[in-house]
Amino acid sequence: MNKRLISLTVNDSPGVLQRVAGLISRRGYNIESITVGASETDGLSRMTVAAIGDEAVIRQMCSQLRKLIDVREARLLHERPFVSRELMLVKIRLDPARRAEIQSLTDTFRCSVVDVGPETAIVQAVGDPEKNDAFLQLIRPYGILEIARTGETAMNRG
Amino acid sequence: MNAKTQRTAWAAKNGGERLTGSEILLRALLDEGVECVFGYPGGAVLYIYDAMHGNPDFRHVLTRHEQGAIHAADGYARSTGKTGVVMATSGPGAANLVTGIATAYMDSVPLVVITGNVATDLIGTDSFQEADIVGITQPITKHSYFVRRAEDLARIIREAFHIAGTGRKGPVLVDIPKDVSAALAVYTPPEGPIRVPGYDGDGEQRPLDEEALDTLLEAIEQSEKPLVLAGGGVIQSEAGEALQEFLRLTRIPVTTTLMGLGAVPADHGMWLGMPGMHGTYAANRALIECDLLISVGARFDDRVTMRLDGFAPRARIAHIDIDAAEIGKLVPAAIPIAGDAKRVLERLNFRAAGGFAENAAWTDRLRRLKTEYPLRYEASDTELKPQYVIEMISRTTEGEAIVTTDVGQHQMWAAQFYRFRRPRSLITSGGLGTMGFGFPSAIGAQIGNPGRTVVSVNGDGGMQMCAQELAICAIHHIPVKIAVINNRTLGMIKQWQELIYEGRYSHIDLSGSPDFVKLAEAYGVKGLRAETPAEAERVWQEAMETAGPVLIDFVVSKEELVYPMVPQGKALEDMILGPAGSAEGGSKHE
Repeated sequence: MNKRLISLTVNDSPGVLQRVAGLISRRGYNIESITVGASETDGLSRMTVAAIGDEAVIRQMCSQLRKLIDVREARLLHERPFVSRELMLVKIRLDPARRAEIQSLTDTFRCSVVDVGPETAIVQAVGDPEKNDAFLQLIRPYGILEIARTGETAMNRG
Repeated sequence: MNAKTQRTAWAAKNGGERLTGSEILLRALLDEGVECVFGYPGGAVLYIYDAMHGNPDFRHVLTRHEQGAIHAADGYARSTGKTGVVMATSGPGAANLVTGIATAYMDSVPLVVITGNVATDLIGTDSFQEADIVGITQPITKHSYFVRRAEDLARIIREAFHIAGTGRKGPVLVDIPKDVSAALAVYTPPEGPIRVPGYDGDGEQRPLDEEALDTLLEAIEQSEKPLVLAGGGVIQSEAGEALQEFLRLTRIPVTTTLMGLGAVPADHGMWLGMPGMHGTYAANRALIECDLLISVGARFDDRVTMRLDGFAPRARIAHIDIDAAEIGKLVPAAIPIAGDAKRVLERLNFRAAGGFAENAAWTDRLRRLKTEYPLRYEASDTELKPQYVIEMISRTTEGEAIVTTDVGQHQMWAAQFYRFRRPRSLITSGGLGTMGFGFPSAIGAQIGNPGRTVVSVNGDGGMQMCAQELAICAIHHIPVKIAVINNRTLGMIKQWQELIYEGRYSHIDLSGSPDFVKLAEAYGVKGLRAETPAEAERVWQEAMETAGPVLIDFVVSKEELVYPMVPQGKALEDMILGPAGSAEGGSKHE
């Protein structure tokens, strides 16, 4: 069971996310995340679906998605080299004594601290989900208060 | 202010004539060649019904329930190949269509479903008779539209018909808020070829994969035990003749699924009958033994395959389907061919014009199985058997009637014992298995085929799920012959409880149902009853000679079971032939 990324080009019409999400759930496909946003063309949006399954299931899922009228294109990103990124915000407890340690950790992961309060800070991490998972592992001992992740968005290289 | 005075006022003020959304809708429907709309009015579609008033071009049949309307539209569509149209109001009206939409979706029937909705400023406020019908029906429609502006209506109706009636066909829902049906806009009939961004008719026009066709032709050449499995896609794409030509050229035997019955005439020498749960011995043995299975327009439904690991275990499978997503969905396809059944078969026929030699050992064996293990039942001179009734209907109509069925034992007997001669002759809910479908679908089939005999075969259970539409038959003189195969019980449920649940009969007793003859008469439909084979013959003759609609209550024996049967969860190999299966003296119908 692999994780595969499917890139969808969809009509920017009301209910399109519901159509895609509904199809995925009613056919029992397993997904990790789904992201949606504007594309380079007016009237079209791009979605990235991170799906879990064997090759046959993923292909079947693409075929089913293509049948939705509002789906213009469904492409398997892993057939060619691709980049994928996820943005993650992590609110952590800010213990003044351990500030330097946290700073060095965020530097190592090239994260940025986007908010600092008297007792908390928000760290922003951008990377592939595995990198973000690794960062979470290391930051966990300092006390995570809240996590928000966007899910992956991706495109083929070149 | 009604629609017409509103329009006149607008025209006086602004110059030029505009139409209301409702009038645009009706014109757009007429421009699509719609002959008849089945529907039921309500608050949210009052402007649309107002526009129908005094419009002699527009034919609308008022049913007695929205469910009757959509099944009628479905029967019309299945029997004619045209797109059926149904209309209902918002909320409860729309929700009453849901079963019918799902029925059409499962069997790929082209329908345009028009619903009203509350005015746009009330949408989302839980207003009176509001329901999110687009959301509710998303999983069971090919596509759906929520119309925001009257200006969009003409285009949307055109797109809806295009999407419903091309590629893998299916129901398309168009939801029109009340203010949109009242608003004014200019009607410009869309011209030129239609283009829906993101939809290519399921690749209908895409070039065929010639390499895959090569592979298939080679596979046919090499195969010793080839078999064709033909499904509803052959009927939908009008590929019956192409299929028969293919069988003639390749000398391959064929089995047709429930949805594919009629694709080849029942007296075809290479036809093995229906496969699957209640399929023939010959068809199921052929599936078990074949080394090459060519599936055309069939989707490997679980009632056909039974346990998948026991389905065609020795075969390479070639899967021809208009819907690429069906290929590889349930069984791996060694030779995948995405395309319209008729186009693919015609191309194969062209490529295989030289013909193939018959695998005589294989075809002889299957013919022998067909003769040795025919469909049977124990005939009786005194007791009326349900199978006898179907055989009688088949004999007297010479296999030329349109037969609609409900769901259950009678449906399987109709599929087994009616000898269909033509495509679009069996109208039955195969995928969803919708009770209440059989009778109203016959009304639509008769309206679409005024010159043909339409027989509706129902159980006493399903007949009571849409019996109210008897009124429509009487009012419009729709001469459907309504057979009720009355065994005072939910027969198929009883069969399962008998065979699988060790005779623990739970809630299957339908005694206390109305007197069907009186029920028919209450609606102004002629009612007849038969309790013996002789009475059945006499009464059926009378029904056939009656110009108008007739309901015939065939009081049949309660104990009959549908055989052969492969119990759910078992493989085709585990087929049970039943008590009459090996006995002498049963009625041989082959």
